[in-house]
Amino acid sequence: MVARGDNGLTVRKIESGTVIDHIPAGRALKVLRILGVKPEHGYTIAVLMNVESRKIGRKDIVKISGLEPKVQDFHKISLVAPTATINIVKDYEVVRKEKVRPPERVEGILRCINPTCITRQHREVVIPTFRLVSGNPLVYQCIYCGSLLEEKEILEQLA
Amino acid sequence: MAWRGRSIVSILDFSRNELEELFQEAYRMEEQLSKGRVEKILDGRIIAMAFFEPSTRTRLSFETAAKRLGASVIGFTGEEAISVAKGENLADTIRMLSSYADLIVIRHRYEGAALYASEISSVPVINGGDGRQHHPTQAMLDLYTVSRELGRIDGLVYGVLGDLRYGRAAASFILGLTRFKPEKVYLISPPNLGLRREVRMLVEDHGLPVEEARLEDVIGELDVLYVTRVQKERFPDPEEYERVKGAYRITPSTLEGAKGDMIIMHPLPRVDEIDHRIDATRHAKYFKQAAYGIPVRMAILKLVLAG
Repeated sequence: MVARGDNGLTVRKIESGTVIDHIPAGRALKVLRILGVKPEHGYTIAVLMNVESRKIGRKDIVKISGLEPKVQDFHKISLVAPTATINIVKDYEVVRKEKVRPPERVEGILRCINPTCITRQHREVVIPTFRLVSGNPLVYQCIYCGSLLEEKEILEQLA
Repeated sequence: MAWRGRSIVSILDFSRNELEELFQEAYRMEEQLSKGRVEKILDGRIIAMAFFEPSTRTRLSFETAAKRLGASVIGFTGEEAISVAKGENLADTIRMLSSYADLIVIRHRYEGAALYASEISSVPVINGGDGRQHHPTQAMLDLYTVSRELGRIDGLVYGVLGDLRYGRAAASFILGLTRFKPEKVYLISPPNLGLRREVRMLVEDHGLPVEEARLEDVIGELDVLYVTRVQKERFPDPEEYERVKGAYRITPSTLEGAKGDMIIMHPLPRVDEIDHRIDATRHAKYFKQAAYGIPVRMAILKLVLAG
């Protein structure tokens, strides 16, 4: 995926896999973390950070050779990179391109910020569940205690 | 959605029509009570009181309401809850109770406990207060009190005074007002005890005409003054409580300039927010408000268990 060209290192097109574009600058590693992609999984991964973007100023890009994301992965990516576009590549061609959208309901991924919420009591087996309040800026609300979870807190939790 | 078989978690789960249906039923209950002839429509039914947090008024008025209608009551309260649970979690306690009783009234210190219990229980669950969040049946009886004492809920000017941050009764009352058309709702609270963001968001989404104010500036406009105590038990920091306790107090001089028919409500217990000299004035309706708790809770039990 990486070759030495005339102007230094360049990132080539991937044969098949996923290109996650328009990630807010600095959040590429968060995207990899939330996807749970690790070196031992054997994927070839390219991370481009702080690339100029006409749409969002500066952006990160992540290319993962061989990985095809599931719907749940789209949801997870939207939580740390709400501006991201996901391109699925097969035989060097983009066969599917989709802008992520924060899901209306998030179950189990996030934790409520309120220590007296029923979802924070370790003896209870209730699954933390949030409903989308706003996509931009990203705000979720705990369906149990009503507390609001903002983008900054979401990023901290998923870091 | 009809009342029968339904859990009551938040006042926002109810439409204006449903609340008005409740008020009509509560009025019928009042009539039966005053005649001393109450139909035992819940004869043979069992109601479980799961009070994980201490309560006097809510628990006793639910018990009274249930017994007036012929139902039997089982349950536990406060410290007893700890021994009942013996380390058992809420989910297991609720599963057990829902196999014993036809309806569960729950009070719990954690926000969301009632919603969670309603998801687990096979019988309707009524939220008797979950942490700082909801107290829907208090809001129902509060709205009923306004309607009975002033003849309407719409078009009035309300002042909600006190701890709006941790007080679930005040927040539930304000949310209940979103179902009606008040002319104005003044929010009067010490600094740092204003409505929580999520409640303010709901209030704004519903277009309720709220405005922050000082009591002395608006007292002459009010039709209803709803007073609450500072919720000592919900302060994360005891020093913060010490700073705000006693921050407001209604005395005869506070009421100079108030409308003659303005009513003062309070979900009780009061600490020192209302001077005892107010009790004898025509403004004081808080004991009547507590009394309305019986017909309103009778109506709630009837509608949920018998339709």
